[in-house]
Amino acid sequence: MATTETTAKTTSATAAERLAQLKTYIAETQENEHPDSFLIAVLHKAQELYGYLPVEVMDEVAEQMGIPTAHIWGVATFYHYFSLTPPGQHVISICLGTACYVRGAGQILQALKDELKIDVGEVTPDGMFSLQPARCLGACGLAPVVMIDDKIHGELTPKRMVQLINQYRKQAKK
Amino acid sequence: MDNNKITITINDRDYQVVAGQTIMQAADQCGYHIPRLCYHPKLSIEGACRVCIVQVEGAKNHVASCACPVADGMKIHTNTKELRQARRDIVELLLDNHPEDCHTCERDGNCELQRLAYSMGIRHRHFTGERKHYEKDLSGASVIRDPDKCILCGRCVRMCSEIQGVHCLTQAHRGFNTVVMPAYNLPFAETVCSGCGQCINVCPTASFVEKNHTQELFETLSDKSLVKVAQFAPSVRAAIGEAFGLAAGRNMEGELIAAMRKMGFDYVFDTQFAADLTIMEEGSEFLERIQSGGPLPLITSCSSAWMKYMEQFYPDLIDNISTAKSPMSMASALFKTYWAEKMDIAPKKILSVAAMCCTAKKYEAARPELDVNGMRATDIVVTTREMAWMIKSAGIDFVNIEPEKPDTPLGLSSGAGAIFGVTGGVMEAAVRTAYELYTGETLVDIEMAAIRGFQGIKEATVTIDGKDLRLVVAHGLGNAHQVMEMVREDPSRFHFVEIMGCPGGCIGGGGQPYATANSIPLDEEALRLRAQALYDLDRGKTIRRSHDNPDIQRLYKEFLGRPLSEKAHELLHTHYEAHLPKGIVSPNLKVV
Repeated sequence: MATTETTAKTTSATAAERLAQLKTYIAETQENEHPDSFLIAVLHKAQELYGYLPVEVMDEVAEQMGIPTAHIWGVATFYHYFSLTPPGQHVISICLGTACYVRGAGQILQALKDELKIDVGEVTPDGMFSLQPARCLGACGLAPVVMIDDKIHGELTPKRMVQLINQYRKQAKK
Repeated sequence: MDNNKITITINDRDYQVVAGQTIMQAADQCGYHIPRLCYHPKLSIEGACRVCIVQVEGAKNHVASCACPVADGMKIHTNTKELRQARRDIVELLLDNHPEDCHTCERDGNCELQRLAYSMGIRHRHFTGERKHYEKDLSGASVIRDPDKCILCGRCVRMCSEIQGVHCLTQAHRGFNTVVMPAYNLPFAETVCSGCGQCINVCPTASFVEKNHTQELFETLSDKSLVKVAQFAPSVRAAIGEAFGLAAGRNMEGELIAAMRKMGFDYVFDTQFAADLTIMEEGSEFLERIQSGGPLPLITSCSSAWMKYMEQFYPDLIDNISTAKSPMSMASALFKTYWAEKMDIAPKKILSVAAMCCTAKKYEAARPELDVNGMRATDIVVTTREMAWMIKSAGIDFVNIEPEKPDTPLGLSSGAGAIFGVTGGVMEAAVRTAYELYTGETLVDIEMAAIRGFQGIKEATVTIDGKDLRLVVAHGLGNAHQVMEMVREDPSRFHFVEIMGCPGGCIGGGGQPYATANSIPLDEEALRLRAQALYDLDRGKTIRRSHDNPDIQRLYKEFLGRPLSEKAHELLHTHYEAHLPKGIVSPNLKVV
């Protein structure tokens, strides 16, 4: 049985610090031969810092890199990795890889959808959970697995899945 | 030169062609028109639609002829059974995700997709799959976006970025969910869209169209309590004939005036008169700045798409922009003041309508700072396309109509007013007047070859009273961007800058007739013919300088006093402000 501990995401950096970090990163990329080609790397950095790509941050990237905002929007919407909405307090990644799938990941996903009343790629209205698909988390021995934040939970059943969600909820009330 | 030639075979016939071009270009020259959709000669190669595929012997797959260069000995087939089937399948699949509403569509009869489907021999729909559905974006003052009709050829995106440098549009999301939209999917009204309408010109379907005002105009025309006054831009007369099947370059001025009277307008004036007035004001402004030392360069302000672009991307240059209103807004201001007084008509009873080659003029007309005495100066703007449709819809025999003259006193114009519609024309007209006002001498050689033609950026020097004045002319907002960067870098490089937002100037405006079956959007030859119509109009006039126009002289004598007088400032000048809509990129905007 895998651990059920939670590790709340701690992004203690202030807004000003995050912006400064992003600007420094962009400035470094601009010294390269084809600075425009670093757009995806910069967006990765921005998502790492902010958890998603806020519009204001994309504006900032546009200004700093001299790339039209529409172009940045095209790139940010093309790749599934980039998220345009703030993530939930806890990010649930459900593995839909082959091993997990044959061990019932489909039913786990359905249980999550029913319990959270959201679809894949969405956030619960209270902002507590967001749900995203994953392709193999490297824990096939524990299939089916989900990863909540950075903790793996394995050998799940739909019932266990709901219990797990309730534990997170209970913890949040404390 | 001959060693540059290679031999290729098209459909089993040998041809000598110049190396380095694409199969499509070579085939065009050999008399084979390969069907195409996403291709446009002025834009980068997208290779997205696959309609232009050909067979090349030895190649495993069909080859996109727009993107593949010819090679010596290449054996090309453009019309085999296999190709015809493949192309037809490709177009059928495009149609499958396209509404079946041709007979209620704005582009019915003018649609490239419709023509393509017909020429492919598609007479049934063989595929029925999932179809996209999105809301229309009706928020813009000039341009309407309907993603349901979009076939993702990307011509609008490339036009907006590569030629216009506005970068308003992108292809967002991927696969079946791909949509052409502005950054952040913002409504058009909140974006950097300049309203130039070039996306409409290059769109093969009705995914982009102008905000339509024809029904509103038909309704108000039937209102007996109003005095209906019209004006029309120089470039409308040079292009509207094309919408009636006439060759490009026919000046339809007289026919247009007659048709508008038949439609119910009480008075038809000419925007060219107001163009003369613009020259009086802007030319005087230029001389004043030369004498008082600035701010220079003076930058023209008649193009409304350019004004929005400038306020967004170059607000630091606002002090350089001429405060003179555009000819349309000057004319409208006079309808509701000078002319209303003269005719003893209550200004509120005047319906002021402008037929324009431009979609951005719809946006300009709604700018609150252009109101006159609390009223909108221009009540309704319709494009050349809309006007042509209205004339047809009203059942007027436009081609055979007896030409008529405009009404006076706001209808008589000089040749200088006519050439306003072509890139370089405003500069040429301004020099004609500024030279003579300043030196008191007659300018003998009034045609300025250096600033005519369709080169993107044109420079010239004119000597006035021993002083060399450096002039620059740019058309298309991408070229404007380049000139503005030069001005930012060295403001003393030029004295006078003319900018037109559209390629070719107003003659290539976003509201001009759609390309016909035998032409392409913004065809350079068609633009040249439209320009020639205006240059011929200029040459055919006895009065070719704005200050020689007797009705202009009378207007100043009776009403305005002199150029730049207090009255002139109140009615004929305006001001600009920085606007920073979401999605703007101010530094180093790249025109790729």
